[in-house]
Amino acid sequence: MSLNYDSALEIYEPTLGLEVHVELNTNSKMFCGCATEFGAQPNTQTCPVCLGLPGSLPVVNKRAIESTILIGLALNCSIAPFSRFARKNYFYPDMPKNFQTSQYDEPICVNGSLDVEIETDEGNKVFKVEIERVHMEEDTGKSLHVGGSTGRIHGADYSLLDYNRAGIPLVEIVTKIVPNTGKYAPLVARGYVAALRDILRSLKVSDVKMEQGSLRCDVNLSLSKRGSGVLGTRSETKNVNSLRSVERAVTGEIVRQANRLQSGEKVVQETRHFLEESGQTRPGRSKEQAEDYRYFPEPDLVPVAPDGKWIEELRKSLPEKPAERRKRLQQAWAVPDKEMRAMVNAELLDTVEQTVLLGADPTRARSWWLGEISRIANERSVLPTDLITVSDVAQIIELITKGELTDKLARQVVEGVIAKEGTPSQVIAKRSLKVVSDDSQLMKAIAEAIAAAPETAQKVRDGNIPAAGALIGAVMKLTGGQADAARVRQLLLKHLGQ
Amino acid sequence: MAAISRDEVANLARLARISMSDAELDHLAGEMDVILGAVARVQEVAGADVPPTSHPLAVSNVTRDDVVTPSLTPEQALSGAPASSEQRFKVPKILGEE
Amino acid sequence: MSIRDNAWQMAAALNNKEISAVELTNQHYEQINAVDKDVHAFLYLDKEGALLQAKEVDKKRAAGERLSPLAGVPLALKDVMTQKDVPTTCGSKILENWRPPYDSTVVTKLKDAGVIILGKTNMDEFAMGSSTENSAFGPTHNPWDLTRIPGGSGGGSSASLAAFEAPLAIGTDTGGSIRQPAAVTGTVGVKPTYGGVSRYGLVAFSSSLDQAGPCARTVLDAALLHQVIAGFDPKDSTSINQALPDVVAATKKLDIKGMKIGVVKQLAGEGYQKGVENKFNEAIAELVKLGAEIIELSCPNFEYALAAYYLIAPSECSSNLARFDSIRFGLRVGDDKVKSAEEVMNLTRQAGFGREVKRRIILGTYALSSGYYDAYYGSAQKVRTLIKQDFDNAFAKCDVLVSPTAPTTAFKIGEKSNDPLAMYLNDIATIPVNMAGIGGMSLPCGLAEEDNLPVGFQIMSPAMKDDRMYLVGGALEAALLSKWGKPILDFAPKLAGSK
Repeated sequence: MSLNYDSALEIYEPTLGLEVHVELNTNSKMFCGCATEFGAQPNTQTCPVCLGLPGSLPVVNKRAIESTILIGLALNCSIAPFSRFARKNYFYPDMPKNFQTSQYDEPICVNGSLDVEIETDEGNKVFKVEIERVHMEEDTGKSLHVGGSTGRIHGADYSLLDYNRAGIPLVEIVTKIVPNTGKYAPLVARGYVAALRDILRSLKVSDVKMEQGSLRCDVNLSLSKRGSGVLGTRSETKNVNSLRSVERAVTGEIVRQANRLQSGEKVVQETRHFLEESGQTRPGRSKEQAEDYRYFPEPDLVPVAPDGKWIEELRKSLPEKPAERRKRLQQAWAVPDKEMRAMVNAELLDTVEQTVLLGADPTRARSWWLGEISRIANERSVLPTDLITVSDVAQIIELITKGELTDKLARQVVEGVIAKEGTPSQVIAKRSLKVVSDDSQLMKAIAEAIAAAPETAQKVRDGNIPAAGALIGAVMKLTGGQADAARVRQLLLKHLGQ
Repeated sequence: MAAISRDEVANLARLARISMSDAELDHLAGEMDVILGAVARVQEVAGADVPPTSHPLAVSNVTRDDVVTPSLTPEQALSGAPASSEQRFKVPKILGEE
Repeated sequence: MSIRDNAWQMAAALNNKEISAVELTNQHYEQINAVDKDVHAFLYLDKEGALLQAKEVDKKRAAGERLSPLAGVPLALKDVMTQKDVPTTCGSKILENWRPPYDSTVVTKLKDAGVIILGKTNMDEFAMGSSTENSAFGPTHNPWDLTRIPGGSGGGSSASLAAFEAPLAIGTDTGGSIRQPAAVTGTVGVKPTYGGVSRYGLVAFSSSLDQAGPCARTVLDAALLHQVIAGFDPKDSTSINQALPDVVAATKKLDIKGMKIGVVKQLAGEGYQKGVENKFNEAIAELVKLGAEIIELSCPNFEYALAAYYLIAPSECSSNLARFDSIRFGLRVGDDKVKSAEEVMNLTRQAGFGREVKRRIILGTYALSSGYYDAYYGSAQKVRTLIKQDFDNAFAKCDVLVSPTAPTTAFKIGEKSNDPLAMYLNDIATIPVNMAGIGGMSLPCGLAEEDNLPVGFQIMSPAMKDDRMYLVGGALEAALLSKWGKPILDFAPKLAGSK
């Protein structure tokens, strides 16, 4: 009988560990001046250094060091007064020098933490994820496997290598083991990566695009029998490339490992690959013997020893922490928890804030971006901000607030702007979308509506105020939706003696 | 007893990605044994109180500004490659991922 | 003007328009044509490029442009330095026919100074060796006796000087590869302070020990060349951002009165040839006559330098040479469309690397591997600290240290090639300098009475005080020249066909 997720967790307690690789968004590579553009033609961003040609030497990108220190500071790490690069020696065709310049026992940032807030059955709960280290290293090239039936690495006839990515600065962020998450392990893992991504984004040190590989996550997971207090053997699932996949990979590994253990088998310490389609993991190629990376201090580079002044300057430049900012904005805008989460999940907090900063009402800004604009964006599979600018939305909201546009008219303005008919005012002019604010015009429509439904009008006269709704609706229809419903109501009730 | 066995040398050759014939391995194992016997004396004076020196220079924080400099042309980059195709380095099939 | 002149004399003749750079270059190619079939100093001659460069210098001189002091003087380049579009093999089959797409910083500086690069010189494969017998392209022969080694790894560079094929050469020195060849060929070789000359484009053997430097027939020529190639390089993180002291002025000073010269007890005695010790002592006597104070002192940890070196250098080389994998450049062996990239890599490295290189890669792989790191690589690094301390203590008492450069004169080709440990002993006196990153020079101090072969005298100076070795070297050279009546190379037998 196989265990499902819930029954697995009755018997076993999961322990998490997360390793995140972040590509920094520096202009040039970690150790040479080659550009770092994503998607450039193959081998157009290479030089003797990043191709590992004989005789070439690395020189560290200063901004990469500063970005890494910023990340460390934002994660409450200590910044090491002395830190060094080391060579991690192993052969692989996408690694030009056949060693990776990384950091080993002397990383630049150590001992930090990140609070991860997730929804539990008992309401929101904060899990403190402790960070072991943040260190610098370099990315590898990319290989393309050609021929064979699958197009995958297995069965390929030959491979083609592009070293544009080789040497792009990477920062590796490694957590300590995360214990006692119980059934929330998948959510904590996901929440951690999401919170980390927010921080990295706020620091402006990386594009953090998981789909392009600029943020990649490895998930380590082990199970221990409840109450045993003994940590189990862990598996390492590589390159999990979306938030949802992080959650699914943890869930999948819990179930897989629990079933193995339950049937008396052992969990093998190995590298596994996440399969996007099934949510399962499969083992990587098993190595007959463990690799021995033979780390030693990189003799071509000198130590990084940031002094207090340098660190303090960087600390001063730290932006507000995303979690604190969220709390501040939630209070200022008086947004309920659920709405706030929706905004964050939709990654529209920045956009809404910018709109509010341009004078828009927070509630309206939120509902426009998350409502109508997001709906259209979803239909077209683009980002809301690709459709319309923050300032256009702010302007439209301002017109609504002033009563010059109704919600219905505003929707048409938005539609027009998205259709590239021009600025909001140009769309309003072209489509004649002004609110009818002339009372005499409205009175004419009211008279018409009453004439068409005399019985309803009588009900209102007799004190049945809710019955006025139908008449207001009729007036709105008659004015083509360009009337302010509140004004219509006011005039109508007055006209009927109410 | 030998300081290093033939199997150990074979494993080192595997780590260093050098194919070796049986004769090469036998010969090298013998030589390695002699050399290791000679260099092992570093342990005589390397007390716990002696800090290691990995580099003759005592400088730190040598960096470059984050400025893009010209790359090689793809033709130059590929000029020394034993094989290339589609502006990429062409290699025999790669077994397995890292 | 003769090809036997010194580089500074050639520079003067060029400056006075007694000879053109093209003529001077052609004269050297004639000499190379005449003698290099016997000496085999060169692996590649870039006659076309050199003459083009020479024409350029002549044109500039004719136009009255201000030229660098060595403009138009030819030079032999050790084949471990990259030169754009010119084969760079490091004496290895694995790099046969590789033409790098870039110039090393040393080559850039040479070109900028108008120094004419005649070609690339032979060396032990990847600079691993003390005899140039480890070249994949055959050994170089010592012009003093063609049956003997010219030293190594830079045997090609030193032999080219002694055979008058070039007045200047570039070498690289990881454990003595500039100084020991200079010693056994009767020439001058200088290993600058680590970081004094850029390593960019120097194909790495052992990154924390490698240093390029000048080779010449006189101390002044070496100083002039040293000035051309020295200086901070933003492409080399380990290059020193500090000006080289005036080594030319130091060489010309010739006054060492009152200088304190330390003789290291550990760099003498057992293992040192009698004639080597005698010539060394005679040179010491000259220094005393010049007014220097000789201080005998002890550097007890030098005893461990050789062992530490043969752990550190192989460790670094095992990593540095990993990039020779048949993918981006160089040799590829066994690609039959069936074998995998890994198999082809393994076969290429088997076929492409020679025995000594494999030996050191395996040794280094062992020294860095888990379980052995602390005992071997880690201990060697500690020894390095102790050697530095020994030097610090010694330099607190004296201005420079001296010793014989090599324990013996040039030995016979083949004599030690099957005994790695015996071969490693050649570097016993030169290695401490590399371990500490300080400066070292070798200049000839006479001919050993047993074999009439040149003996090298080593001068060691503290880091960034390279001028001190030039000061002492210049003074000693002048004293010995007046004692001998002619330059030491004039005692060498004439090579067949030589001018």
